[in-house]
Amino acid sequence: MKIPCPYCGERDWSEFRYGGDASKQRPAHGTGDLDTWHDHVFLFENPKGPHTEYWQHVLGCRQWFKLKRNTATNQISGKA
Amino acid sequence: MAKGYSIFSLARHALRPNEPWPEAWAKPEPKPSYDAIIIGGGGHGLATAYYLAKNHGLRNVAVLEKSYIGSGNVGRNTTLIRSNYMIGGNTAFFEFSMKLWEGLSHELNFNAMVSHRGQVVLAVSPVQVDQFARRGNIMRLNGIDAELLDRGEVMKMLPYLDYSKDSRWPIWGAIHQPRAGTVRHDAVAWGYARAASGLGVHIIENCEVTDILRDGDRVVGVETSRGKILGDKVAIAVAGHSSHVAAMAGLKLPVESHVLQAFVSEPIKPIVHHVVSWGAELFYLSQSDKGGLVFGGHIDGFNTYTQRGQFARMQTVMECVSSLMPFTQRLKLLRHWGGIQDMTPDGSPFICRTPIRHLYLNGGWCYQGFKATPASGYTFAHTIAQDQEHELNRCFSLDRFRKGGELDEHGVGNWTYKQ
Repeated sequence: MKIPCPYCGERDWSEFRYGGDASKQRPAHGTGDLDTWHDHVFLFENPKGPHTEYWQHVLGCRQWFKLKRNTATNQISGKA
Repeated sequence: MAKGYSIFSLARHALRPNEPWPEAWAKPEPKPSYDAIIIGGGGHGLATAYYLAKNHGLRNVAVLEKSYIGSGNVGRNTTLIRSNYMIGGNTAFFEFSMKLWEGLSHELNFNAMVSHRGQVVLAVSPVQVDQFARRGNIMRLNGIDAELLDRGEVMKMLPYLDYSKDSRWPIWGAIHQPRAGTVRHDAVAWGYARAASGLGVHIIENCEVTDILRDGDRVVGVETSRGKILGDKVAIAVAGHSSHVAAMAGLKLPVESHVLQAFVSEPIKPIVHHVVSWGAELFYLSQSDKGGLVFGGHIDGFNTYTQRGQFARMQTVMECVSSLMPFTQRLKLLRHWGGIQDMTPDGSPFICRTPIRHLYLNGGWCYQGFKATPASGYTFAHTIAQDQEHELNRCFSLDRFRKGGELDEHGVGNWTYKQ
């Protein structure tokens, strides 16, 4: 799998670190409700299809960015 | 349906070669309703059906498999069994599984080729030796076999490893579990399927579940590619696709699906007589009865449902094997494949009830599903039949993260892709 880094261009997957689902909204600062935090930290949509996610070009420019990828095919449809 | 297998039935068929063996399990048409429906005809689903029928007398049971028996992860794993766990409920659960493996071939009247060849985990630093001593002590306190080996003992046992002075990861010692080993994985699926079928369980292949039917807060059946099937109880055992199937009932799980690769080399003469794991990187190997070296490594590290892996991971695994056993460098790989598994935030599974009444979940196996098959089926059957957890799977509940009951065997935090 080749991943398009917004700064370095297309590079091999092995240069990157995966950072999880980027569509998750972090609960507001000061949220006291434990269930809200539980759902945010521990539950995953885990779709079989389009997914927006974080990646870091850890062996390159070290930039974090969002990517759109189809988890059923690994096809990347670009930056999110 | 096949009657009991024995030396006499073998001799009888050898003398009458034109008489085919009867099918190992029946292929019935689905009935309109069952007492219990198990979604997923993998090792865990079939074992669950068998123990439901045998231990709980629940025989009006259907196992729905979207493809054919043995097509999923039960036929895609590296066949390793072990019980060297040290955190809370894991220790007792996996040891119970090991005990069930020990008698499985007799129990099922099917040769599962359980081989207690032992597992040796190599320590590559003095710190790791201390860590293994701690693990071994915990195992022994729980009645599990474990012994600590020093460098000399490892050299005697595994003379083919790299012990040279300039080896990048010098071997300091190892922890050895003699009862660990390997099992013929397909035989586990076939054996449970045949035994369950013999007790009256319907095994329905090529029947994909497309929806889970609910009446209020209670589950009432499933919609499938072969029509609607009603069930008093519905159990999910589809590891790899747990999120996908649970979503049909409106459940969101603490699970992400990842791909794990496995590799088999061309066959060579017997040399590796144990399961050998390495402390420097998540890597292990064994030698199959056909002679191929079977390698396993870590997951690729990002969620995917594609049953194929990335090349860089293959490279890492090959670097491991050639570093540990330099003579393998000219070996060729024969086969290579990927399997999809549920990764959970603490690396431990779920065998539990769900917030929906009479809907049960068995999943989140990370990469330890195969070795757990008998205990998983045994305790899941108990959970389904009694509508409450068995004492061995009480710790594998869906709400353990809410209650601070994580079973974080690897101690890496809540990252599914680092377990």
